[in-house]
Amino acid sequence: MQAYLDQLIQEGYFAGMPKEAVYAVAMVLVAFVVLSVFVAPLAGVTSWLERRVWARMQSRVGPNRVGPQGILQWLADGIKNLLKEDLIPAAADSKLFSLAPYVVFMGFLCTFVVIPFGSQLIVADLNIGILYILAVTSLVVVGILMAGWASNNKWSLLGGMRSAAQIVSYEIPAGLSILTIVFLAGTMSMQGIIKQQGWAPWDWFLFNNPFTFAAFFLYFTAALAEGNRTPFDIPEAESELVAGYVTEYSGMRFLFFFFAEWGNLYVIGAVATTLFLGGWQVPPVTSDPLLLGILQFVTFFLKAYLWVFVAMWVRATLPRVRVDQLMALCWKYMVPLSFICLLGTISWMLFVGSGVKEFFSIVLFIFALGVLVYFFKRVVFQIRHAKPELYFKPQI
Amino acid sequence: MSVGSYVRDIVDTVKSVFEGMSITFSHLVRRPMTIQYPDKIPVPIQETLPHRYRGILEVDLDICTGCLACERDCPITCITIGIEMDKETKQRKFTHFDIDICKCMYCGLCAEACPTGSIRHSQEFEGASYNPAGLVRHFAPQPAPLYKPKKGGETDPKLAEKVDIGLKYLDEFATPEGGAAAEEG
Repeated sequence: MQAYLDQLIQEGYFAGMPKEAVYAVAMVLVAFVVLSVFVAPLAGVTSWLERRVWARMQSRVGPNRVGPQGILQWLADGIKNLLKEDLIPAAADSKLFSLAPYVVFMGFLCTFVVIPFGSQLIVADLNIGILYILAVTSLVVVGILMAGWASNNKWSLLGGMRSAAQIVSYEIPAGLSILTIVFLAGTMSMQGIIKQQGWAPWDWFLFNNPFTFAAFFLYFTAALAEGNRTPFDIPEAESELVAGYVTEYSGMRFLFFFFAEWGNLYVIGAVATTLFLGGWQVPPVTSDPLLLGILQFVTFFLKAYLWVFVAMWVRATLPRVRVDQLMALCWKYMVPLSFICLLGTISWMLFVGSGVKEFFSIVLFIFALGVLVYFFKRVVFQIRHAKPELYFKPQI
Repeated sequence: MSVGSYVRDIVDTVKSVFEGMSITFSHLVRRPMTIQYPDKIPVPIQETLPHRYRGILEVDLDICTGCLACERDCPITCITIGIEMDKETKQRKFTHFDIDICKCMYCGLCAEACPTGSIRHSQEFEGASYNPAGLVRHFAPQPAPLYKPKKGGETDPKLAEKVDIGLKYLDEFATPEGGAAAEEG
């Protein structure tokens, strides 16, 4: 993009303007376009899809009236929230209170800078890409604490504190499981990590060795906890804290928190795809750059969205954990296990010959397929056991 | 905590999450329980209601004898009946027969007390209205004569049909013993 701007400046389109100003304006424009064309519809449609999937898993229908099958529900919700009164409590710290949603939103949106949608389609391939993601997602903690503190409300403060404790704790297993991949790939650049993998499933880091296989699930669980998703949504536990740190928010500010939550879901999936699932790698079927780009984007998007679906599915399945259970799960189980994964991966890299490695990748892949097959056998068993009325169509 | 129980905890967690997720996934292919009332249903909801459903009260004034049994039986006096003598024809007639649906608690005592089965619960339950007055049902908008049962059965075929409906209702719906006997038989 910089090269294109330089060319425009050379041709004299922005006569008399300093180079930096042109860059800044272009960046703001691009950010605006990305936000309104990709991120906002993505988060919105995710919110609608989550409600539909969740409803079907609970034998309900879900929103299906606004637009075909309710797909425009998110627009209706957004307009409703825009029209609502933006309330700031009298006793609240009004400046911090107004600022908090944007800090949370920034923490989520900044991750899109390094998400590689294709071999060419990335805003900036930072050489510390994955570290950058860990760093900017920590901004969310600051925003949530700000919201909790500034609301001047017991529930909000408790929610904010819980959230901070939770995110800081779960950053450790998440970081450690990411570290296994960083060791394997030898780079922290998102594109570099993807280029180390192949298009075939047994070339993915997921099936590289048993430890990365475990690390993937550890990462996904920790990422769910960092995103305040059920079963780890104690910061906004309705039964205890009303709505936690968002209790006092209304209108668009309230929406920004949930915008970030649903968008964050996709970021979790995208990072998991990049690190473990081969990212945008596609089989070498075409050399046309445009077609290849589209193919890569679709592959990456679908892989990432699969994990968004899994997150919805987990949310529909598991009950919320208690605060002490949450901390026990993190510090007693996930932190030691992720350390084991890290050490195991290192020893694997040092002591296992390359022929054995490839053999093990394929064995692991077959094992994962077997687990999937067994899973669907269990699903069929559940259906036979309950003898329900079947309905296979997604629309109703 | 011993190593054994530590490992068992992990295995239990993985197993139960696996099993739980298979159950929720199986729900994806089940038909939702939800009935999409009021528009996306194959038949009007009133037709799917149970046999003895107690909906909003309705009165068939053509076979009402004006005995006032329902008015007396109503625990909350939501039924008000006015009867006066027509001086020209020397016949009694209804001046008004109002049921306040706002007050009605659907106990069914009026329907049980009615000798001809003219007051009865319909399958109707959608009583939305813009004001409370809209929920007062006027069954005698114009003064109407009372029904006089004839000895040896009704002769007018139109009225006979209505009497049959009323008696059938009394037998099947309003009298618990009759209803139960009918179900058993």
